[in-house]
Formats: sequence, structure tokens, C-alpha cells
Amino acid sequence: MAEKAILFDTTKCMACRACQVACKQWNELSAETTKCEGTYENPPDLSHKTWVKINFTETERNGSPAWLFSRQACMHCTDAACVKVCPPKALSHHELGMVTYDKDLCTGCGYCVDACPFHTPRTNRNLITGIAKMEKCVMCTTPGLDRVGNGLEPACVKTCPPLALQFGDRDTLVNEGKSRVSALAAKGYSNAYLYGENELGGLHVLYVLDDSPQVYGLPVNPKISGVTVATQSVIQPAGMLLGGLTIVGLGLNFMVAREAKLAKEPGRAKKEK
Amino acid sequence: MTNHWTDIGNADVILIMGSNAAENHPISFHWVTKAMEKGATLIHVDPRFTRTSAKANIYAPMRSGTDIAFLGGMVKYIVEDIEKNPQSYNLEYLKEYTNAGWLIDAKYSFSDGIFSGYDAASRAYKDKSGWQYQKDDKGIPKQDKTLSDPNCVFQLLKKHYSRYDLATVSKVTGTPESSLVKVYQSFATSGATGKAGTILYAMGTTQHTVGSQNVRAYGVIQLLLANIGIAGGGINALRGESNVQGATDHAILSHLLPGYLPVFGSTDTTLAKYNERTTPKTSDPKSGNWWKNRPKYTVSLLKAWYGDAATKDNEFGYQYLPKVQAGANYTFIALFEAMEKGTIKGLLAWGQNPAVGGPNSMAIRKALANLDWMVDMDLWETETAAFWKRPGTDPKSVKTEVFMLPAAASYEKEGSVANSGRWTQWRYKAIDPPGDAEDDLWAIVHLTDKLRALYAKEGGPNADAITKLTWDYGEHPSPHQVAKEINGYDLTTGKLVTNFVSLKDDGSTTSGNWLFSGSYNENGNMMARRDNKDNSTIGLYSNWSWSWPLNRRIIYNRASVNLEGVPFDAKRPVVKWNATDKKWSGDVIDGFGANAPTEIYPFIMLSDGVGHLFGVGGMADGPFPEHYEPWETPTTNALSGTQLNPAAKVWRPSEQGKPDKYPYVGTTYRVSEHWQAGAMTRNLPWLAELMPEMFAEIDEDLADEKGIGNGDKVVVEGARGEIKAVAIVTKRLRPLMVNGKAVHTVGLPWHYGYQGLVTGDSANILTPYIGDANTTIPEYKAFLVNIRRA
Repeated sequence: MAEKAILFDTTKCMACRACQVACKQWNELSAETTKCEGTYENPPDLSHKTWVKINFTETERNGSPAWLFSRQACMHCTDAACVKVCPPKALSHHELGMVTYDKDLCTGCGYCVDACPFHTPRTNRNLITGIAKMEKCVMCTTPGLDRVGNGLEPACVKTCPPLALQFGDRDTLVNEGKSRVSALAAKGYSNAYLYGENELGGLHVLYVLDDSPQVYGLPVNPKISGVTVATQSVIQPAGMLLGGLTIVGLGLNFMVAREAKLAKEPGRAKKEK
Repeated sequence: MTNHWTDIGNADVILIMGSNAAENHPISFHWVTKAMEKGATLIHVDPRFTRTSAKANIYAPMRSGTDIAFLGGMVKYIVEDIEKNPQSYNLEYLKEYTNAGWLIDAKYSFSDGIFSGYDAASRAYKDKSGWQYQKDDKGIPKQDKTLSDPNCVFQLLKKHYSRYDLATVSKVTGTPESSLVKVYQSFATSGATGKAGTILYAMGTTQHTVGSQNVRAYGVIQLLLANIGIAGGGINALRGESNVQGATDHAILSHLLPGYLPVFGSTDTTLAKYNERTTPKTSDPKSGNWWKNRPKYTVSLLKAWYGDAATKDNEFGYQYLPKVQAGANYTFIALFEAMEKGTIKGLLAWGQNPAVGGPNSMAIRKALANLDWMVDMDLWETETAAFWKRPGTDPKSVKTEVFMLPAAASYEKEGSVANSGRWTQWRYKAIDPPGDAEDDLWAIVHLTDKLRALYAKEGGPNADAITKLTWDYGEHPSPHQVAKEINGYDLTTGKLVTNFVSLKDDGSTTSGNWLFSGSYNENGNMMARRDNKDNSTIGLYSNWSWSWPLNRRIIYNRASVNLEGVPFDAKRPVVKWNATDKKWSGDVIDGFGANAPTEIYPFIMLSDGVGHLFGVGGMADGPFPEHYEPWETPTTNALSGTQLNPAAKVWRPSEQGKPDKYPYVGTTYRVSEHWQAGAMTRNLPWLAELMPEMFAEIDEDLADEKGIGNGDKVVVEGARGEIKAVAIVTKRLRPLMVNGKAVHTVGLPWHYGYQGLVTGDSANILTPYIGDANTTIPEYKAFLVNIRRA
């Protein structure tokens, strides 16, 4: 099946934040208690119950005020640090390309939180049970709340009034994004850029930017840290090997020790006679 | 709206002024964005740089309350450009479809901010005889199609706005001259034949002492640019609530009866006299003068209300209805002043929250305490419902008996909703309302049933007005029965009338609202239609829902074609005249379907038939929009010696804030995340988290001057009170140079109050009791404040 993606167009987003509310409504996420901190932006950050938020940046362009709106949520990387780093393999790629997770397998270790170059996954510890779990956007594929598997676009896309969000086959959206970026460049936006086409093996959330990624708070050429890469390809196998060897060693030790102990037992000795 | 939401996508230039469409009407941007994808230019003019400005190609800041200065400058620019570059404008439209070439009475004059006929003692234009056409001996207005006669409208317009030069306009508005020129040039490009420009506006336009004239200024500009009646054009009011268009159409207004029929007045002692006063006449055979049919609509309304009790002998029940005393005012502020005085003793506050939404909120909250009783019907216990226990009030000191009735929300009731574009859409009930909550129809029917029983038993003054009503809705009233009653019946056949063309003034037809006649006829409930196939090339979607009048999607559409009946805009034709068949095709034609463009003037709702660059007769405050300063202003009027709109309605002259004490311009507005007075959104956790606290937006210079940091708690004070808020210090606001002095704006959302999940002080504690000359809408958008750190 063709990989799916979301195309987010910063030039069309007017930050009404219907996406934030639709996400919470569809995914049954509760509200946060917030304060006005001198900005329209709220909640102040992503959390286990805020999977998408719109960031507001006040700046100036050619001497006039400018207000830039950008979307923060899981980017659904092809080369996904969270998937690589997850010890119980709770995180994985959906057949349509997005990064999903099995909440039952998640131990709440938080490795994915530290590994994500976009700082998207968040963990939360239940104060009563003491159990911690990671939460993030899964592009509306949660079993039981699966919109995409039922032929619907994600809730955020469905609600977006100016169609700043679009959902569809990734290939098609990459082409659409490219043509929008060329159109912007033709209008004089010389830094216009399609973010996500190639980053981290290709993101499943693509951004049409009318300026460079830094302006929109996005990392230029994001990379997975060496430690993260090593986690799955070296450290985890090595750890497993070491663990296995330890168990084998302990077993051998047990057998040898048991033999030795039995040898010392009078009955056994008698029998041997 | 003259046009409709979908039609915004047809525009080449979109001027959003007095509106923050992206935030307060997000769905408008579905269509604004579509237009921009096709290359349209978006212009935003606003005191604040908002989420709308963020998407605009051109943003121009403007001091709140100076729209007419800004627009007057645009009129001057266009008029001069028409003379310089006539090929860039549609002169056929200007000469044939507007009153540009019509001659005005020699008595008309204008001097130092005052038009002829003003009576200072009564603060009113008592003699409007100069605001009329010169007529020939047959009673037909005289014309000079060369537009050169000094008394023709075009020349008077040119003369009137000659004072609105760039330097003066910039001095008044604070808009840099370069921005003025950019906006004027850009919007004027829509004046070319085949180009379309639309104006989207909202309460930023209307909530001023010159609110109605602000809208008139749009009318003048759109007529000069030939933008009325065409696809992608028009003057489009973005209504603030989902059914406020329906509320207006069905006359939730003190001066109207359903379908824009004037309310009966004390001088209209008989139905004949009412008809005589309110039915316009014309001697011009080319004027369609549709309102000549008004008596048919009035009689059909009376027949709908009083049925068999309405007969020719009793003037169809005309005397049952109360008559408004000449000069009496029953609009919002006047009602609360009457409560304050104790004249009004009871109040049904029904889906409205005046303790937060009304101006001078403290005065309103105090007035509520003077009532004997109040019934509040709402989804939540609003600030109005809870006024008697608000912070700082001892409930024991309030004598008002308060009743709370739980209401049904939109998904819990069936009925019709008319949107801003006049599309009236039927919607269904999804779930039952919770607990004892009932829908509005149930409540009004049962309340009236009780009143009828009491009047039948005990009698009372004019008891017949209640007891003779046709009121046969039963225990479980049906919205279908009401919708059919609104559509109207032919009493001879017992069938639903096809539309208002069938209505008569002899008592043989009924209609609860002539404008909606045709919405539910023998073909079925037209409002429930859901065919989303567009058979036009311009997105009319004529088989989706139903639009008044007669399912016409673009009104004044006769003005979209030239005198041969060929569309001015070949790419976006609205209607077309076929001279051979003598038939119109396209959108439902604006009346007179068998008449060629040469036979009938296009503006059929005006008695002269042409668009009013010069407002003949009708307005309370002058035939041309003229700039006056707001009631509370930091400066003096640079355009005339008349400071305030001379016909504006002043209630509490002593409560006027002065700039020495309150130097900054306060303005109120809404944000995407909250709805009106906030009950519907401050009670929803998902919305409360987005905008949790009352805030005040200020520019960085003012913040520096006052030592206010971003996120600091501040106190905003004015002549009527003070409020607390969190400061948002922003680059999006900038001081404006007005009359040589920097003027700062303090922006205040008006959503907050003391009830709900998130609470805060109400911005309307600061807004004044002052009304527009025509509508008495309060001046919420421009007043004076001071600000300091809390």
C-alpha cells in the first residue's frame, strides 16, 4: 500500500487551532490547566495529553509585523529514532509509514523522549498505579479510534478550515509540496522549502515553508544521535549478548556448584561407592 | 451578505476591514484561501495586526473609529482615477445603475461637518428635503449622464471628499500615506470591467457612533467600482452568530416586523395610514420599486398571526398590535436604562448574556438588580443568570427574583438556521436535551399557552392581542408547522403558496415572513435540500438548502450585465438576458423576469431603482458618510469642526472619558477560541485551555513607557470602571501618529466574566453607553483607557 502523509502549508495556516481541539476530541485527551503567559500559544508544550500544537512566532518582514504559525507534532520519520531506541519494541512503523506504538508493551522508559530530534514523544507516570507510558500522535491510527484505517483523514486534517492540512499518498503530497514551494519562490520567497521530503529518510509530515526551517523552529538536516543509532544496532544486541552470556554463565556456575555440593553429601558419596 | 460564503472564492481582490475574519469566521478563510490560490490579493485594514493580517498581502494599521476617513480617502482616489483613467472602470454601470448622474435638490448643503436640515436642539436632521432629487414635471428625477452638472451626485461626491487628501487622512487614521496608497490602488483595480472585489466586514465596522455610515461608505466604493451584483463582489457582513441572520430576518429588533416591515407607529392610526407612510412610490416607469408590494406582506403577516380573527372589517387585526410611540427608543441601552429607572420590571434573558456582552457592564448588572423578576434561559448559568451572587455582591441585597430555565443546544433541537450568506439550512435533532432542558420552540409555545389561559380567564388591556392569536401548536410543537406558517398558505385552496409573488393584500393569503415565502412550499422543505452539485460556473450551489429571496444567491444580480443583458464578467456570469426568448438564465433573476435590462433599473428594492452613491432620504446622519471622532477620542476632528456624529444618541454625557486621564484607545474584540460572552466556550475544557485568561494587548513602546513586561498583571481603567488582565506585549501593535502625536491602542477581548471554568474581568466594564445615529448600536470598538502594572 502507498505510504500516507500529511502536508502542512504554513502559508495557509491561520492558527485557529481547530486541529488542537479536534485532536483532543477524537483521541479522547483531556484538557490542560493553563495560564496566559503573554502569548496566544497554549498549552505551553506538547504533553501526554497534547499531541499537536500550533506555535506562534512574532517577527518582522520588510519592516512590517509578521506572525508565523507552525505545527508541532510527531513527524512520523522513516528513519525514526524512537523506533530504534525503544527497548521493548513498543514503537514501530505502521504499514502506511506513520510511527505508531503498542501501549501495552511500553514501559515508559523515556528513551524515545530523549532520542527524538523533534522532541515529540512525552511520558506520563500514573500517580496511583505508578506505571509510566509514552504518548504521541499516531496520525489517528489508534486501534478502536482508527480513522485512517477506516478510510478517513486524521481529525486535524478533517477540521482545518483553510485546508492548510492535507492528507493523502506521500508521493502525491511531495509533488504538491514541491509545486507550492516553486510557486512561493517565484513570488520572491527565496528561502521557500519543502521540509520533510528527504529529512530522516523522509518524514510523513511535510511542511511547505515560505522561509528557512530555523525561522519556523525546525532543525536543519536533523540527525539521529550516534548513541541512538548504536542503541539498536550495537548496544542492544551487545546487551542481549552479554545478558545471554551471563545467563549461560550463571547456569554453568549453578551446575558446577551443584555437582560440587552433591559430591560433598554423604548419601551421594555412599551411593557412588 | 449581498453574496454568500462560497462566492468569496470568486474575488480578485478581498478587502477585510472591521473584521478579523481568520479568527472570528475561520470558515471564511476556506474561501479566502481558494481565491488567493487563484491569485487574489488580500487586504486587511485593522487597528491590530491579527491572524487575518498575518495572511494578508497588504496590511494597513488604522486608529479605531476612523474608517470613514480611511474610506473617504479611497473614494477621493477612485473618483479622481475615474476621471484620469476612465478605461480602468465600468462607466456604463456607474452611469446607468447608480445615481452618479442624478441631480440633487439645490437646498442640499454641507458645511463644517453638518449637512442641510440639522436641528441642534434635538440632535437630529429634521428637514431632509434637501437630500432629494430634482424632478421633472412628471416626477421623474433629472439626470446628467455626462456627470458634469455641479448638482449631480458624482460632482457632489467629488466635492465632499476633496477634503480627504492623503495627508489629512493619514493625520486622522494614523495610517502611513504609503499604506493608504497601496490599499487604494490595489482595491481600485477591482473597478475594471471583468474584475471583482469583495468587502468583508463585521462588528469592527458597525460598533461605532458612525457604524451605519461605515457600511454606507463600503456601498459608495462598491458602486463606484461596479462591484455590487457580480460574482466575487458585494458587501458581505460576516454575522457574529450562526443564526443572527435569521434573527434579523425574523425581526428580533425593536423597529421591525418579520421580513423588514417597519414596526407600526403611534401616528399610523389605521392600517391604511401605515401603508401610506411605509409604501414607497415612484413615477418612474423604469423603477421596479418592489416595496410597492409591502401591503400584501403586511396583511399576509397579520392573517398568519390572527387567522379568522383578522378580517377586512377589523383591518386584519392591525389594532391588536401595539404601536411604537414616535421618538421612543427600545434598543439595547435604552432598555437597560429603563430597567435602571424601574420602568421595566421583568426580563426574559434568553440565550443572551448582557452582564458580559452589553456595554458599560457594571451599569447593566446594577440595572438587573432593579427588576422585580428575571427569567434566564440558557445552556449554562451565565453571568447574567448569576448577577445577584457575583463577586462583591451580597445576595441578600438583591430583591430581583431570578428563575433559571435550562435550554437545548443546537444539536438537541430541529429547525432552520440562516447563515450570513442567507442560505437557510434545515438541521435535525441528534439527541434529546439533558434533564429538564427544552428547546426554544417548546418554551415559547408553552409560555404563550399559559399567557393565553390567563388572559382568557382574567382579561386585561388589549387581551384580544393574545387571545385571538392563531396558536395551535399543541403540546409538542413542530418546527415544520412553524416553517410552513412562515412560508404561507393560499386560504382559498388551503395549499402552501409557491412564494411571495402569490401573496395578496385582501386577506386570502397568509405568510409569517414574506422574505422566507418559498422556503417550504408544496414542493417540500426547500431548506432541507442537500444536493451539492453546482450547475453554475460560479459556485451558486442552487440546490443546496434555500436562500432568501426566492433562492437567489447573489442579490442585485441585474447589475451584473450591461444594457444588452450580456454579463460584464464573461468568466463569472451570474445572469444573462436572452433578447430573443425574452428570458433570463443563471441565478434567480432579481425580479421582473420578463423585463430587459433597459426596461427596469437593477436596484429594485430602492424606490428610484439605482444604487445610492448619495443616500437619498434614508439615513439619520447624512447622505454621504462623513468622518466624526468617536465619543471618546484622544484627538480633535481634523476634517471638520464637528467632533462627534451630530445625530449620535448620547445616554450618559457625564460618563465621558477624556484623554488627559485616559490617553489610550481601547478596543474590544473576539478570538477564535472563545464565543461571544463566553458561556459556550469558557465552560469547555478544551477551549478554556487555549485562552485561559483575560488579557490586554499593548505595543512595545507603551510597555516600556509604563514598565510593563510581557505576561505581567495590569489594570486597565476608564471613565466607567477598571479591570485586571494579563499583558501581552506585542510587535503586532504599533503606536500610530495621529495629529502629530503617538497614539497607542489597548486591545481587549470581551469574552470573560465571573462564571465558568475560566473566568476574568469583562472588557465591557470599560465600554460606553453611546449609540450610532441610525441603529444605536453601542460604540464597543473605540473608547479611552489608561493602563498600569497591577
